[in-house]
Amino acid sequence: MSFINRMKTYHLDILKEVGNIGAGHAATALSKLLNKTIDMKVPAVRIVSFDEITELVGGADNIVAAIFLRIEGDTPGNMFFMLPVNEATTLIQYLTGDQSFDLNHPPYPELGLSALQELGNILAGSYLSAFSDFTKLNLQPSVPALSIDMAIAILSYGLLELSQVGDSAIVIDTEIVEKLDVNSQKTTGHFFLLPDPDSYEIIFQALGVPIDERNS
Amino acid sequence: MNEIVKVGMADLNVATTPQKIRTSGLGSCVGVVIYDDSTKICGMAHVMLPNSSIGKAESINKAKYADTAIVLLLEKLSKMGVKQTYLKAKLAGGSQMFKFSSSSEIMRIGPRNVDAVKEKLRELKIRIIAEDVGGTSGRTIEFDPETSKLSIRTVSQGVSEI
Repeated sequence: MSFINRMKTYHLDILKEVGNIGAGHAATALSKLLNKTIDMKVPAVRIVSFDEITELVGGADNIVAAIFLRIEGDTPGNMFFMLPVNEATTLIQYLTGDQSFDLNHPPYPELGLSALQELGNILAGSYLSAFSDFTKLNLQPSVPALSIDMAIAILSYGLLELSQVGDSAIVIDTEIVEKLDVNSQKTTGHFFLLPDPDSYEIIFQALGVPIDERNS
Repeated sequence: MNEIVKVGMADLNVATTPQKIRTSGLGSCVGVVIYDDSTKICGMAHVMLPNSSIGKAESINKAKYADTAIVLLLEKLSKMGVKQTYLKAKLAGGSQMFKFSSSSEIMRIGPRNVDAVKEKLRELKIRIIAEDVGGTSGRTIEFDPETSKLSIRTVSQGVSEI
Protein backbone atom coordinates (compact mmCIF):
# COMPACT_ATOMS: atom_id res chain seq x y z
CA MET A 1 0.00 0.00 0.00
CA SER A 2 1.80 3.02 -1.30
CA PHE A 3 0.90 5.61 1.33
CA ILE A 4 1.94 3.29 4.14
CA ASN A 5 5.28 2.65 2.48
CA ARG A 6 5.98 6.35 2.24
CA MET A 7 5.48 6.96 5.94
CA LYS A 8 8.36 7.45 8.29
CA THR A 9 8.57 6.48 11.93
CA TYR A 10 7.83 10.03 12.98
CA HIS A 11 4.58 9.92 11.07
CA LEU A 12 3.50 6.99 13.19
CA ASP A 13 4.56 8.96 16.26
CA ILE A 14 2.28 11.77 15.19
CA LEU A 15 -0.63 9.38 14.89
CA LYS A 16 0.24 8.10 18.35
CA GLU A 17 -0.01 11.65 19.62
CA VAL A 18 -3.44 11.97 18.02
CA GLY A 19 -4.52 8.88 19.94
CA ASN A 20 -2.91 10.22 23.09
CA ILE A 21 -4.69 13.56 23.05
CA GLY A 22 -8.01 12.12 21.96
CA ALA A 23 -8.17 9.27 24.44
CA GLY A 24 -6.80 11.50 27.19
CA HIS A 25 -9.79 13.77 26.84
CA ALA A 26 -12.16 10.83 26.61
CA ALA A 27 -10.69 9.30 29.77
CA THR A 28 -11.22 12.60 31.60
CA ALA A 29 -14.82 12.74 30.41
CA LEU A 30 -15.49 9.19 31.59
CA SER A 31 -13.78 9.86 34.88
CA LYS A 32 -16.07 12.85 35.53
CA LEU A 33 -19.14 10.91 34.49
CA LEU A 34 -18.44 7.97 36.78
CA ASN A 35 -16.53 9.78 39.49
CA LYS A 36 -13.77 7.17 39.30
CA THR A 37 -10.11 7.23 38.42
CA ILE A 38 -9.74 6.43 34.76
CA ASP A 39 -6.31 6.09 33.25
CA MET A 40 -5.08 5.42 29.77
CA LYS A 41 -2.30 3.33 28.32
CA VAL A 42 0.29 4.56 25.87
CA PRO A 43 -1.41 4.49 22.48
CA ALA A 44 -0.35 1.91 19.98
CA VAL A 45 -0.23 2.66 16.28
CA ARG A 46 -0.08 -0.55 14.36
CA ILE A 47 0.10 -1.36 10.72
CA VAL A 48 -1.77 -4.61 10.56
CA SER A 49 -2.71 -6.86 7.71
CA PHE A 50 -6.31 -8.01 7.58
CA ASP A 51 -5.17 -11.46 8.68
CA GLU A 52 -3.71 -10.10 11.88
CA ILE A 53 -6.54 -7.79 12.74
CA THR A 54 -8.48 -10.58 14.41
CA GLU A 55 -5.76 -10.80 17.04
CA LEU A 56 -5.93 -7.05 17.62
CA VAL A 57 -9.51 -7.25 18.81
CA GLY A 58 -8.95 -10.21 21.09
CA GLY A 59 -9.48 -13.22 18.86
CA ALA A 60 -12.17 -14.40 16.49
CA ASP A 61 -14.79 -15.20 19.10
CA ASN A 62 -14.43 -12.13 21.28
CA ILE A 63 -17.79 -10.46 21.79
CA VAL A 64 -17.90 -6.76 22.51
CA ALA A 65 -20.23 -3.82 22.82
CA ALA A 66 -19.15 -1.31 20.21
CA ILE A 67 -20.12 2.22 19.40
CA PHE A 68 -19.32 3.22 15.86
CA LEU A 69 -19.15 6.71 14.42
CA ARG A 70 -18.47 7.61 10.87
CA ILE A 71 -16.40 10.78 10.64
CA GLU A 72 -17.03 13.17 7.80
CA GLY A 73 -15.36 16.51 7.11
CA ASP A 74 -11.72 17.24 6.33
CA THR A 75 -10.44 13.80 7.27
CA PRO A 76 -13.10 11.12 6.78
CA GLY A 77 -12.65 7.93 8.72
CA ASN A 78 -14.15 5.53 11.20
CA MET A 79 -14.08 5.54 14.94
CA PHE A 80 -14.93 2.69 17.28
CA PHE A 81 -15.21 2.54 21.02
CA MET A 82 -15.25 -1.12 22.02
CA LEU A 83 -15.71 -2.45 25.47
CA PRO A 84 -15.94 -5.95 26.90
CA VAL A 85 -19.55 -7.09 27.39
CA ASN A 86 -19.17 -7.44 31.16
CA GLU A 87 -17.67 -3.99 31.46
CA ALA A 88 -20.45 -2.50 29.35
CA THR A 89 -23.00 -4.24 31.58
CA THR A 90 -21.46 -2.70 34.70
CA LEU A 91 -21.42 0.75 33.13
CA ILE A 92 -25.06 0.51 32.06
CA GLN A 93 -26.10 -0.72 35.49
CA TYR A 94 -24.33 2.26 37.00
CA LEU A 95 -25.79 4.77 34.57
CA THR A 96 -29.37 3.55 34.65
CA GLY A 97 -29.53 2.19 38.20
CA ASP A 98 -31.03 -0.99 36.76
CA GLN A 99 -29.10 -3.88 38.31
CA SER A 100 -30.97 -6.50 36.29
CA PHE A 101 -29.51 -5.31 33.01
CA ASP A 102 -27.18 -7.88 31.49
CA LEU A 103 -25.66 -7.79 28.02
CA ASN A 104 -24.91 -11.50 28.21
CA HIS A 105 -28.59 -12.30 27.84
CA PRO A 106 -30.51 -10.77 24.93
CA PRO A 107 -32.93 -9.17 24.36
CA TYR A 108 -31.66 -5.99 25.92
CA PRO A 109 -33.89 -3.29 27.39
CA GLU A 110 -33.99 -0.22 25.16
CA LEU A 111 -33.14 2.21 27.96
CA GLY A 112 -29.82 0.53 28.78
CA LEU A 113 -28.76 0.44 25.15
CA SER A 114 -29.64 4.07 24.79
CA ALA A 115 -27.53 4.93 27.85
CA LEU A 116 -24.58 3.04 26.41
CA GLN A 117 -24.99 4.74 23.07
CA GLU A 118 -25.00 8.12 24.77
CA LEU A 119 -21.90 7.18 26.76
CA GLY A 120 -20.16 6.25 23.56
CA ASN A 121 -21.28 9.49 22.02
CA ILE A 122 -19.81 11.53 24.86
CA LEU A 123 -16.52 9.66 24.86
CA ALA A 124 -16.05 9.56 21.11
CA GLY A 125 -17.15 13.18 20.97
CA SER A 126 -14.47 14.28 23.42
CA TYR A 127 -11.87 12.20 21.57
CA LEU A 128 -12.77 13.79 18.27
CA SER A 129 -13.10 17.36 19.49
CA ALA A 130 -9.64 17.10 21.06
CA PHE A 131 -8.35 15.72 17.76
CA SER A 132 -10.04 18.55 15.91
CA ASP A 133 -8.66 21.25 18.26
CA PHE A 134 -5.18 19.82 17.99
CA THR A 135 -5.15 19.70 14.19
CA LYS A 136 -7.54 22.61 13.42
CA LEU A 137 -9.33 20.22 11.12
CA ASN A 138 -13.07 20.21 10.69
CA LEU A 139 -14.57 16.87 11.72
CA GLN A 140 -18.23 15.94 11.72
CA PRO A 141 -19.05 12.69 13.47
CA SER A 142 -22.25 10.88 12.55
CA VAL A 143 -24.89 9.84 15.05
CA PRO A 144 -23.39 6.90 16.93
CA ALA A 145 -24.50 3.37 16.11
CA LEU A 146 -24.37 0.55 18.62
CA SER A 147 -23.79 -3.13 18.14
CA ILE A 148 -23.18 -6.02 20.50
CA ASP A 149 -21.52 -8.65 18.43
CA MET A 150 -18.28 -10.31 17.35
CA ALA A 151 -15.50 -7.73 17.49
CA ILE A 152 -14.04 -8.68 14.15
CA ALA A 153 -17.39 -8.52 12.35
CA ILE A 154 -17.85 -5.01 13.72
CA LEU A 155 -14.36 -3.79 12.99
CA SER A 156 -14.47 -5.09 9.43
CA TYR A 157 -16.94 -2.27 8.73
CA GLY A 158 -14.20 0.20 9.45
CA LEU A 159 -11.90 -1.53 6.99
CA LEU A 160 -14.08 -1.21 3.92
CA GLU A 161 -12.64 2.08 2.73
CA LEU A 162 -9.10 0.85 3.31
CA SER A 163 -9.78 -2.49 1.70
CA GLN A 164 -10.25 -0.75 -1.63
CA VAL A 165 -6.62 0.30 -1.71
CA GLY A 166 -4.81 -2.51 0.03
CA ASP A 167 -4.78 -5.33 2.52
CA SER A 168 -3.57 -3.60 5.63
CA ALA A 169 -4.75 -0.86 7.94
CA ILE A 170 -3.20 1.67 10.25
CA VAL A 171 -5.00 1.34 13.53
CA ILE A 172 -4.66 3.97 16.22
CA ASP A 173 -5.50 1.95 19.30
CA THR A 174 -5.83 3.47 22.75
CA GLU A 175 -6.90 1.57 25.81
CA ILE A 176 -8.50 3.23 28.80
CA VAL A 177 -8.42 1.51 32.16
CA GLU A 178 -10.09 1.94 35.49
CA LYS A 179 -7.68 2.19 38.39
CA LEU A 180 -8.91 -0.02 41.21
CA ASP A 181 -6.05 0.67 43.58
CA VAL A 182 -2.33 1.38 43.33
CA ASN A 183 -1.44 -1.97 41.84
CA SER A 184 -4.46 -3.11 39.93
CA GLN A 185 -6.57 -1.91 37.06
CA LYS A 186 -9.09 -3.29 34.65
CA THR A 187 -9.71 -2.57 31.02
CA THR A 188 -12.63 -0.26 30.38
CA GLY A 189 -12.46 -0.06 26.64
CA HIS A 190 -10.55 0.51 23.45
CA PHE A 191 -10.73 3.37 21.02
CA PHE A 192 -9.91 2.50 17.45
CA LEU A 193 -9.44 5.31 14.99
CA LEU A 194 -9.23 4.28 11.36
CA PRO A 195 -8.82 7.25 9.02
CA ASP A 196 -9.66 6.68 5.36
CA PRO A 197 -6.60 6.26 3.09
CA ASP A 198 -6.71 9.83 1.78
CA SER A 199 -7.00 11.36 5.24
CA TYR A 200 -3.44 10.63 6.38
CA GLU A 201 -1.85 13.17 4.09
CA ILE A 202 -4.30 15.81 5.35
CA ILE A 203 -3.61 15.02 9.01
CA PHE A 204 0.15 15.20 8.46
CA GLN A 205 -0.13 18.40 6.51
CA ALA A 206 -2.29 20.01 9.20
CA LEU A 207 0.46 19.23 11.69
CA GLY A 208 3.22 20.55 9.46
CA VAL A 209 4.89 17.27 8.51
CA PRO A 210 3.66 16.28 5.06
CA ILE A 211 4.71 12.97 3.60
CA ASP A 212 7.75 13.83 1.51
CA GLU A 213 7.07 12.73 -2.04
CA ARG A 214 10.59 13.41 -3.29
CA ASN A 215 12.30 10.93 -1.01
CA SER A 216 9.84 8.15 -1.66
CA MET B 1 -7.76 -36.06 13.38
CA ASN B 2 -10.21 -33.21 13.36
CA GLU B 3 -8.22 -30.51 11.74
CA ILE B 4 -9.82 -27.16 11.06
CA VAL B 5 -8.64 -25.09 8.11
CA LYS B 6 -9.01 -21.42 8.91
CA VAL B 7 -9.87 -18.80 6.35
CA GLY B 8 -8.97 -15.22 7.23
CA MET B 9 -10.55 -12.00 6.10
CA ALA B 10 -10.13 -11.48 2.34
CA ASP B 11 -8.70 -14.98 2.14
CA LEU B 12 -9.67 -18.36 0.69
CA ASN B 13 -8.68 -21.97 1.12
CA VAL B 14 -9.67 -25.55 0.35
CA ALA B 15 -10.24 -28.58 2.55
CA THR B 16 -11.23 -32.22 2.38
CA THR B 17 -12.33 -34.85 4.90
CA PRO B 18 -11.62 -35.29 7.78
CA GLN B 19 -10.86 -31.58 7.78
CA LYS B 20 -13.40 -28.87 8.37
CA ILE B 21 -13.11 -25.34 7.12
CA ARG B 22 -14.03 -22.24 9.08
CA THR B 23 -14.09 -18.49 8.90
CA SER B 24 -14.87 -16.17 11.79
CA GLY B 25 -16.59 -12.85 12.23
CA LEU B 26 -18.45 -12.36 8.99
CA GLY B 27 -20.09 -8.95 9.20
CA SER B 28 -20.81 -7.36 5.87
CA CYS B 29 -18.42 -9.89 4.38
CA VAL B 30 -19.80 -13.02 2.74
CA GLY B 31 -18.54 -16.54 3.31
CA VAL B 32 -18.94 -18.69 0.20
CA VAL B 33 -18.54 -22.44 0.34
CA ILE B 34 -18.19 -24.34 -2.91
CA TYR B 35 -18.21 -28.10 -2.53
CA ASP B 36 -18.49 -31.42 -4.25
CA ASP B 37 -20.40 -33.90 -2.09
CA SER B 38 -19.14 -36.97 -3.97
CA THR B 39 -15.41 -36.34 -3.58
CA LYS B 40 -15.94 -34.44 -0.31
CA ILE B 41 -13.66 -31.65 -1.39
CA CYS B 42 -14.64 -28.09 -0.57
CA GLY B 43 -13.37 -24.56 -0.66
CA MET B 44 -14.31 -21.42 1.23
CA ALA B 45 -13.77 -17.75 0.52
CA HIS B 46 -14.25 -14.78 2.86
CA VAL B 47 -15.26 -12.01 0.46
CA MET B 48 -15.06 -8.37 1.55
CA LEU B 49 -16.06 -6.37 -1.52
CA PRO B 50 -18.41 -7.09 -4.42
CA ASN B 51 -16.35 -6.26 -7.46
CA SER B 52 -12.66 -6.09 -8.27
CA SER B 53 -13.26 -3.07 -10.52
CA ILE B 54 -13.82 -0.83 -7.45
CA GLY B 55 -10.33 -1.65 -6.19
CA LYS B 56 -7.94 1.27 -6.42
CA ALA B 57 -4.73 -0.67 -5.90
CA GLU B 58 -2.45 -1.68 -8.77
CA SER B 59 -2.13 -5.31 -7.76
CA ILE B 60 -5.20 -6.85 -6.24
CA ASN B 61 -5.76 -9.57 -3.73
CA LYS B 62 -8.13 -11.80 -5.68
CA ALA B 63 -9.58 -13.38 -2.56
CA LYS B 64 -11.03 -10.04 -1.47
CA TYR B 65 -13.58 -9.53 -4.25
CA ALA B 66 -16.62 -11.66 -4.98
CA ASP B 67 -16.00 -11.95 -8.71
CA THR B 68 -12.30 -12.84 -8.56
CA ALA B 69 -12.45 -14.94 -5.37
CA ILE B 70 -14.98 -17.40 -6.80
CA VAL B 71 -12.95 -17.87 -9.98
CA LEU B 72 -9.76 -18.39 -7.98
CA LEU B 73 -11.51 -20.87 -5.70
CA LEU B 74 -12.70 -22.86 -8.72
CA GLU B 75 -9.16 -22.97 -10.09
CA LYS B 76 -7.92 -24.35 -6.79
CA LEU B 77 -10.69 -26.93 -6.66
CA SER B 78 -10.14 -28.08 -10.21
CA LYS B 79 -6.44 -28.58 -9.45
CA MET B 80 -7.61 -31.02 -6.79
CA GLY B 81 -9.51 -32.90 -9.47
CA VAL B 82 -13.02 -31.61 -8.86
CA LYS B 83 -15.34 -31.32 -11.86
CA GLN B 84 -17.11 -27.99 -12.08
CA THR B 85 -20.42 -29.59 -13.09
CA TYR B 86 -20.76 -31.31 -9.71
CA LEU B 87 -20.16 -28.23 -7.65
CA LYS B 88 -22.70 -26.76 -5.28
CA ALA B 89 -22.56 -23.69 -3.09
CA LYS B 90 -23.73 -22.44 0.29
CA LEU B 91 -23.32 -18.93 1.52
CA ALA B 92 -23.69 -16.88 4.67
CA GLY B 93 -23.01 -13.33 5.80
CA GLY B 94 -23.68 -9.98 4.17
CA SER B 95 -25.34 -8.45 7.17
CA GLN B 96 -25.76 -4.80 7.98
CA MET B 97 -24.22 -4.37 11.42
CA PHE B 98 -25.05 -0.71 11.77
CA LYS B 99 -28.00 1.25 10.56
CA PHE B 100 -27.27 4.74 9.40
CA SER B 101 -29.64 7.31 8.11
CA SER B 102 -27.05 8.45 5.60
CA SER B 103 -27.41 5.91 2.84
CA SER B 104 -23.75 5.81 2.00
CA GLU B 105 -23.04 3.13 -0.61
CA ILE B 106 -20.23 1.65 1.43
CA MET B 107 -22.61 1.06 4.34
CA ARG B 108 -24.86 -1.03 2.12
CA ILE B 109 -21.94 -3.28 1.27
CA GLY B 110 -23.46 -6.41 2.85
CA PRO B 111 -26.38 -6.82 0.43
CA ARG B 112 -24.15 -5.78 -2.46
CA ASN B 113 -21.67 -8.51 -1.58
CA VAL B 114 -24.45 -11.09 -1.50
CA ASP B 115 -25.78 -9.98 -4.89
CA ALA B 116 -22.31 -10.09 -6.42
CA VAL B 117 -21.61 -13.58 -5.11
CA LYS B 118 -24.95 -14.90 -6.38
CA GLU B 119 -24.47 -13.34 -9.76
CA LYS B 120 -21.03 -14.88 -10.18
CA LEU B 121 -22.26 -18.30 -9.08
CA ARG B 122 -25.15 -18.10 -11.51
CA GLU B 123 -22.81 -17.10 -14.30
CA LEU B 124 -20.63 -20.13 -13.57
CA LYS B 125 -23.72 -22.36 -13.27
CA ILE B 126 -23.02 -23.38 -9.69
CA ARG B 127 -26.23 -24.18 -7.83
CA ILE B 128 -26.85 -22.47 -4.50
CA ILE B 129 -28.21 -25.12 -2.13
CA ALA B 130 -28.68 -22.96 0.96
CA GLU B 131 -28.02 -19.50 2.27
CA ASP B 132 -28.25 -17.47 5.45
CA VAL B 133 -27.68 -13.87 4.51
CA GLY B 134 -28.65 -10.38 5.59
CA GLY B 135 -29.83 -9.37 9.03
CA THR B 136 -27.81 -7.39 11.54
CA SER B 137 -25.63 -10.04 13.20
CA GLY B 138 -22.08 -11.19 12.76
CA ARG B 139 -21.61 -14.85 11.87
CA THR B 140 -18.93 -17.48 12.34
CA ILE B 141 -19.32 -20.35 9.91
CA GLU B 142 -17.87 -23.84 9.67
CA PHE B 143 -18.34 -26.31 6.84
CA ASP B 144 -17.96 -30.05 7.15
CA PRO B 145 -17.29 -31.66 3.74
CA GLU B 146 -18.26 -35.06 5.18
CA THR B 147 -21.89 -34.07 5.76
CA SER B 148 -22.00 -30.98 3.46
CA LYS B 149 -23.51 -29.07 6.38
CA LEU B 150 -22.69 -25.48 7.07
CA SER B 151 -22.99 -24.56 10.72
CA ILE B 152 -23.58 -20.90 11.50
CA ARG B 153 -23.08 -19.29 14.87
CA THR B 154 -24.37 -15.86 15.80
CA VAL B 155 -24.18 -14.05 19.12
CA SER B 156 -27.92 -13.68 19.59
CA GLN B 157 -29.28 -16.88 18.08
CA GLY B 158 -26.68 -19.51 18.86
CA VAL B 159 -25.84 -22.22 16.34
CA SER B 160 -27.89 -23.27 13.34
CA GLU B 161 -27.19 -25.55 10.39
CA ILE B 162 -28.00 -25.21 6.74
